[in-house]
Amino acid sequence: MDCLIGIKFNDFAIVAADMTNAHSIIVMKTDENKLYKLSNKLAMAISGEQGDTIQFAEYIAKNVQLYKMRNNYELSPKEASHFTRRILADNLRTRTPYHVNLLLAGYDNQDGPQLYYMDYLASVASVDYAAHGYGGYFSLSIMDRHYLPTMTREQGYDLLKKCVKEVHKRLIVNLPNFKVQVVDKDGVHDMPTITIDSLKNE
Amino acid sequence: MLFSEKTRTLDSILNADPVDSLFSDLLPTANNNLARHNFEVAPVKEATSFVKKWNNSCHENLKIKFNHGTTTLGFIYQGGVIVAVDSRATAGSYIASQTVKKVIEINPYLLGTMAGGAADCSFWERQLALQCRLHELRNKDRISVAAASKVLANMVYSYKGMGLSMGTMLAGWDKRGPGLYYVDNDGTRLKGKLFSVGSGSTYAYGVLDAEYDNELHDEAARELGRRAIYHAAHRDAMSGGFVSVYHVKEDGWEFVSRTDVAELHSIYKTDQFLPVS
Repeated sequence: MDCLIGIKFNDFAIVAADMTNAHSIIVMKTDENKLYKLSNKLAMAISGEQGDTIQFAEYIAKNVQLYKMRNNYELSPKEASHFTRRILADNLRTRTPYHVNLLLAGYDNQDGPQLYYMDYLASVASVDYAAHGYGGYFSLSIMDRHYLPTMTREQGYDLLKKCVKEVHKRLIVNLPNFKVQVVDKDGVHDMPTITIDSLKNE
Repeated sequence: MLFSEKTRTLDSILNADPVDSLFSDLLPTANNNLARHNFEVAPVKEATSFVKKWNNSCHENLKIKFNHGTTTLGFIYQGGVIVAVDSRATAGSYIASQTVKKVIEINPYLLGTMAGGAADCSFWERQLALQCRLHELRNKDRISVAAASKVLANMVYSYKGMGLSMGTMLAGWDKRGPGLYYVDNDGTRLKGKLFSVGSGSTYAYGVLDAEYDNELHDEAARELGRRAIYHAAHRDAMSGGFVSVYHVKEDGWEFVSRTDVAELHSIYKTDQFLPVS
């Protein structure tokens, strides 16, 4: 039921994740953080099986940090995506696979903004924009219609809001809040959380 | 040596599998010393499939019945944390007990609640109590609620998919003030201000969400917890018995009350039709 959305532009990448945690028919909380900062210029949005998500995200985050300490330089977004994919793939056919879907948004000093789409079967794709979960059925077409790689941060945030508005309008599942982060040459930045109230006040 | 050669532990069985030893490198570090539990298990090749065999539906009459069904709740408010639970244990349609203690007193500052498998809850929360005490001895300081809940979540996560059943809340008070975490058998760990767990949780949420307010004073908060459990016990066949209420404050938890649901029923039914003020 979770919804992750990510978009890549010329100067930055933006990711959003819903903040709902539900067990069967019950909403347990609506202020959960599903975005993880892996390194200075790399953020991960994660969804999937309860328990696996946090364990996997923290494992990747700590190991990316460990790599930096051991080698005195950071993994690039591309290298981090390969590392993450490898961990998923190594565990895929064991008795305890990680059932997680994720988006990696980063900024490479050479290659600029990066966005990787990854699912629990450990397939990876570098994409301009992507979504995980039912929200994708509504938001992908909106991004097909309105996406331009030249958009500014404000325009990108507005495009994201269009997607969230549609999720609010058409998706039966209750996903009121979306946490948003931008990754650019200066690092990972928090954007204002998209809520029902914040959309209403426009 | 933690276990004798002759005692087959669940752990040694699990580690015998090369696939698992490959994965054990990936377990959170907290598990590397915690996972060494000295379990006596059935002398069969694979303990997990053995348990599954006796739990599937084609052996209905032989099925090992685990205790299930509960209503528990906890919420943080201005005056601390309120924890309230019922006391019924059921095995299928049979009421196994009406006098279960579903609040587990981990130490004077930490409470755990019991939902799901009674055995799993009491075992793993006792294991948690051990780890909390060790933390205290090693660090000359009490463990935080956040850390304690993570220890528990990591322990149960390392047994994910092997049939553990528990939905628990940890309530306590540490340097950060009142704390409340939800931890369950699939490794979920959530921080929050208000949780309810168990088959009657929807009914409890109904009462709780409508009347919860952070500024409640102590007696009103305790009464709200009690009432929410009462209404859940009334509607949910698998909840009932007695309503126990605990209050966690800065100087530790305090047992508040234990009231028969039947007694509460006779009290509450009189003002059921009173206009809401």
